[in-house]
Amino acid sequence: MRTTLTAFGSGLLFGVGLLVSGMTDPHRVRAFLDFAGRWNPSLAGVMAGAIAVHGTALWLERRRLGVSIGAQAPLDARLVIGAAVFGVGWGLAGYCPGPAIVSLGLAPGRVWVFLSTMVVGVLIGDAMGARHAPRGAPSTIAQAPTC
Amino acid sequence: MTSVELGRAVLGGALIGAAATVYWRADGRVAGVSGVLRGALLSRSDRRATVPFLVGLVVAGLAGAAAMGTSPTSAGGLPTLGLAGLLVGLGTRLGGGCTSGHGVCGLSRLSRRSLVATLTFIATGALTVLVARWLPGLRVP
Repeated sequence: MRTTLTAFGSGLLFGVGLLVSGMTDPHRVRAFLDFAGRWNPSLAGVMAGAIAVHGTALWLERRRLGVSIGAQAPLDARLVIGAAVFGVGWGLAGYCPGPAIVSLGLAPGRVWVFLSTMVVGVLIGDAMGARHAPRGAPSTIAQAPTC
Repeated sequence: MTSVELGRAVLGGALIGAAATVYWRADGRVAGVSGVLRGALLSRSDRRATVPFLVGLVVAGLAGAAAMGTSPTSAGGLPTLGLAGLLVGLGTRLGGGCTSGHGVCGLSRLSRRSLVATLTFIATGALTVLVARWLPGLRVP
C-alpha cells in the first residue's frame, strides 16, 4: 500500500512539474528543437532544474555510502540507434512519453493515437530483444538508467 | 522566451527532480517514464510501483485541465502522430530511455550512456524539426 501511494505521489508530482514547466505544450518542446527558427531554451531550463535536485540527492547518497560512481556500462549501437529513432518521433509530434501521458488527462484530443502507437512501439522493441538491466540498487546508483 | 517562462521551467524541473528522488528513495527505481511504462506493460512484478506512477501523471493532467482549461496539443495530423508514437515507443525501448530516463535521471547519475543518448535524441529531434519544414506531408506548424 505504501509503495502504491508513494508511486502515485511521485507520478502526480512529476506531472505537476511537467505542467508548471510548460513541457506539456508540444509547441514549446518543438521550439526547443528548432535551432534554425525561434529557439526556445525552456526545456534546457527544465533539465537543469531537475538535475540540480535529483543529481544532488544522488550525490549525497554516494557520499553517505562512501561509494564512487563506479564502472559504467559501455556504449553500444543499440543505445545510439534507439535514441536517434526516439528523437525523430519526438521532433515530429513534440511529445515524449511523460508529457504524452499527462496529456491524456490534460488535453486528450488526438494524443490517444500517439499513445496507442507508442505502446505498439514498446512491444516491437521488446520483441526485438531489448535488454532490461536490473534496476539500480544503492551500490550501483551510477549505473545507466533502465527507462 | 520570457524570464517568467524560464523561471517556471526551472521550478517545474525542480519538482520533476524531487519526484524522481521520492520515487528512487522508495525502492531504488528510476523515474524514467518510458521505463515505468515498459514495467507497467511487460513486468507483472513491477506493476505495484509502475501503474500508480502512470495514474499519478494522468491525474496531474486532469487537475491541470480543471485549473487551466484548454491546453495546446500537437498540431500534427493523425498519420504524423501515429508514426511519431511508434518511433518514440520503439526508440525509447531500444535506447533504454527517454527525456526523463536519460535526460534527467541518467544525467543526474553522471551516466556516460545517458549523455550520449541525450545528445543523440536532441540532435535527431532538431534535424526532424528542420526537415519537417520542407516536407508538407509531415508539416507540424
